[in-house]
Amino acid sequence: MGRRLADFFQGRPRLTVAALLAAPLGWLVIGYLGSLAVMLVASFWHLGELSGEVQQGFSLDNYKTLVEEPVYRTIAGRTILVAALVTITDAILAFPIAFFMAKVVKPRTRSILVVAVLLPLWSSYLVKVGAWRLMLSENGAINWALEPFGLSGPGYGTTAVWLVMSYMWLPYMIIPIYAGLERIPDSILSASEDLGAKPFHTFRKVVVPMVFPAIVAGSIFTFSLTMGDYITPANVSSTQFIGNVVYANFGDNLPLAAAFTTVPILVMVVYLLVARRFGAFEHV
Amino acid sequence: MTFTPLTKNLLRIAVAITLAFIYVPLFIILLYAVNPSDVLGWPPEGITLNWFSEAFQDKGAQEALLNSLRVAAIATLIALVLGTLASLAVARHRFFGRDTVSFLVLIPIALPGIVTGIALNATFTQVMGVDLTLWTVVLAHATFCIVLVFNNAAARLRRMSTSLEDASADLGATPWTTFRRVTIPNMRSALVAGGLLAFALSFDEIVVTNFTIGAGEKTLPVWIFEVLFRPNQPGKVYAVAVIAIILSMIPVYIANRLTKEESTTASGAGVAAPAIAEP
Repeated sequence: MGRRLADFFQGRPRLTVAALLAAPLGWLVIGYLGSLAVMLVASFWHLGELSGEVQQGFSLDNYKTLVEEPVYRTIAGRTILVAALVTITDAILAFPIAFFMAKVVKPRTRSILVVAVLLPLWSSYLVKVGAWRLMLSENGAINWALEPFGLSGPGYGTTAVWLVMSYMWLPYMIIPIYAGLERIPDSILSASEDLGAKPFHTFRKVVVPMVFPAIVAGSIFTFSLTMGDYITPANVSSTQFIGNVVYANFGDNLPLAAAFTTVPILVMVVYLLVARRFGAFEHV
Repeated sequence: MTFTPLTKNLLRIAVAITLAFIYVPLFIILLYAVNPSDVLGWPPEGITLNWFSEAFQDKGAQEALLNSLRVAAIATLIALVLGTLASLAVARHRFFGRDTVSFLVLIPIALPGIVTGIALNATFTQVMGVDLTLWTVVLAHATFCIVLVFNNAAARLRRMSTSLEDASADLGATPWTTFRRVTIPNMRSALVAGGLLAFALSFDEIVVTNFTIGAGEKTLPVWIFEVLFRPNQPGKVYAVAVIAIILSMIPVYIANRLTKEESTTASGAGVAAPAIAEP
């Protein structure tokens, strides 16, 4: 069976490509893009005034609500702002350790550090949220540790969301930067040095430009994961984010929830197009 | 590149701070798993292993764990088939729209979880009219797991020169024999790595799962989600988490060994980070 198939496709490259792609593309285009299209259509549906049931007709009601009610603009703005702050925080935290792993330590220490950085990804996301919730609480570990210095932690709120999200997605930033740095041959750095560049100059003119696409690749994940999460905000703050609104509404008011999701979709599409220009996709 | 002692020390301090940031919360999880008190105050009051024995006896947790293993296994299998097929097309052939395929595979994981969740929910409930079950969770998970297999497999194929396959053909092997005896064995460790990533991502997924699972059905994250933020007996949840971390280290270790045998660069990265390809 396999042999006959293989013989058949021998010397027929176009047919081979078509056969290889039929199943994966069918799944992704019909299944996934199709679902996105359904969601887009559903965002124009509305709830019947009396029944509260979904009415499948065209209406701009949801979009009107989203534009006219200032609360939705505030929520969207807050979500995008926190996503940007988390991305910047993670880039700042990730770079030194990634650089240390890729360019300073010996291979043995390097592999230990790689595992150390990745281990948190194998521990349950929810339990980590739970641990942070306990740490940030009034009588939690953070206040307990800061108390002798006369300080107190941020408590629950938007700052806590920023802190916990930065924690959650940090490995997604470290690994692409590390891989990007590792790909820079040491000989290029030596060449820069031999040509008289001071270390900082080499860093700024050689290392940073070469690793920038990898940073952008990491930022796709930190940004997208922050925008798509509703569990962290619900547990370390009482503030609303896009995810909370969507999750709270998908059972009772699917059309409104679908309409609100167009915000993160638009943001991510623009983000991905920009990221592609920076060559980030070779680093994902 | 040479570094001054000052640069090295500054880097060391930064690394120490980052590692502390990463590990303090994990350490807290461990403390709460052995903390005898019912009320999760701070500091913990002592050490007990009771939560672990309770965790092992909990029927709900066991059933949820089995569900998670089943869902992750089937989703991974689908992702392995679809991801490998797509990688063979993209890495071994030139055709119009090749870059678009790589992009398309990436979208389900690059878009925020709520988007994927609500899109699939709307399709399942409004268009297809099917009941949400563990199977709808499998379909959802497989969709965003494809990219993990695809990235690993495509990176391997690009690095693997076609000369081996050419040699096999020159020596008279049929295309099928070459595929079975040369291409697949060379891809094996990349497929294991990608498959493990897919499995791990599915196993821990909650954001999309909440949108696609039937009422009353539970994967392990759904079980944790329901128990974790309830006031009674939360110590048990932390014990379950610790058990899950320890269990997950076994396949990671095996995969690490597997990839190390065949490639020397950043083997750990290929195995253990969701959404990240072998460099």
